[in-house]
Amino acid sequence: MAAGEQTSSEYIKHHLTNLTYGRDQEGVWRLAETAQEAQEMGFYAIHLDSMGWAIGLGLIFIILFSMVAKKATTGIPGGLQNSVEMIIEFIDSNVKDTFSHTNKLIAPMALTAFMWVLLMNLMDLVPVDWVPQLATFIGSHFFGMDPHHVYFKIVPTTDPNVTMGMSLSVFFLALFFSIKNKGVGGFVGELTLHPFSSKNFLVKIILIPINLFLEGVSLLAKPISHGLRLFGNLYAGEMIFILIALLPLYIQWTLSVPWAIFHILVIVLQAFIFMVLMIVYMNMAHETGDH
Amino acid sequence: METSGLIYIAGALMMGLGALGAAIGIGNLGGKYMEGIARQPELIPMLRTQMFIVLGLVDAVPMISVGIAFYLLFAVA
Repeated sequence: MAAGEQTSSEYIKHHLTNLTYGRDQEGVWRLAETAQEAQEMGFYAIHLDSMGWAIGLGLIFIILFSMVAKKATTGIPGGLQNSVEMIIEFIDSNVKDTFSHTNKLIAPMALTAFMWVLLMNLMDLVPVDWVPQLATFIGSHFFGMDPHHVYFKIVPTTDPNVTMGMSLSVFFLALFFSIKNKGVGGFVGELTLHPFSSKNFLVKIILIPINLFLEGVSLLAKPISHGLRLFGNLYAGEMIFILIALLPLYIQWTLSVPWAIFHILVIVLQAFIFMVLMIVYMNMAHETGDH
Repeated sequence: METSGLIYIAGALMMGLGALGAAIGIGNLGGKYMEGIARQPELIPMLRTQMFIVLGLVDAVPMISVGIAFYLLFAVA
């Protein structure tokens, strides 16, 4: 029980608030001290903790993989090279199964998405109090901040900004490849002449708004469900870990150990699904078939 | 009626209905998977991957509702 004199609802809210840097009401750029303030900072506020951990984990992935790639031997590989090769082969076979066109960008992109999301999700298994308390200690002792107002969230994927950012990037790439492969006419045609179609020209014109509505909804639902699925799963998992941390210390392990073991499945599965959906959307953007 | 009481009912509904839908969905999925592998055991590896993908897609919905319900029950109420 690390809540101290806080109530449990304050403890939960403290754990779910990001370290936010932005411009406050008076126009001064500084760190937000309460969740209320963070909200008032509006659109231009930045979540320092999410950004820091996301970029840091991305760098770890890039540096580790490039290091292994440079040192790769054709002889007997070490454990690290073996595991990296396994991951790459796994991604490669998945891309080959799902993606049936030619594009050099898709496989590296799938590898990046999978490893990056996996590493960000893995931060969920770090005990919920360790890093925030360390941040509180550093913030109050070295930067003179109020210890109750140091917020720190270490799982970037429990921040909807991160997951929606990733899914929107995938969405824009899909739009780009769609227009590149089908042409503007083909792309617009796909949105307006499908699923209802007619041989009569006049009926075709009448059906355009209906088709546009149906296809537009399904087009916009893709990035939203893509991002929110990852966010929701990790947020729920983190939430349950925080609730378990509210229990007395001697009883915590009976719940947190089974949940952590189950959560290992969720972490890998969600990273995998994020990657598979990305490949599927890219594949759909390359379809220049009958419609 | 008090608002906090309504929040408890809302949380219970979210968890229960989410679990209900997902249970039916995953039950269907598992049953069909069993039927499929009983008919063609050589397809087990392929079907297992596909099943896990769909399982992850279905499983997301109740987990999200459980998380939001817990947030309502413990942080808001």
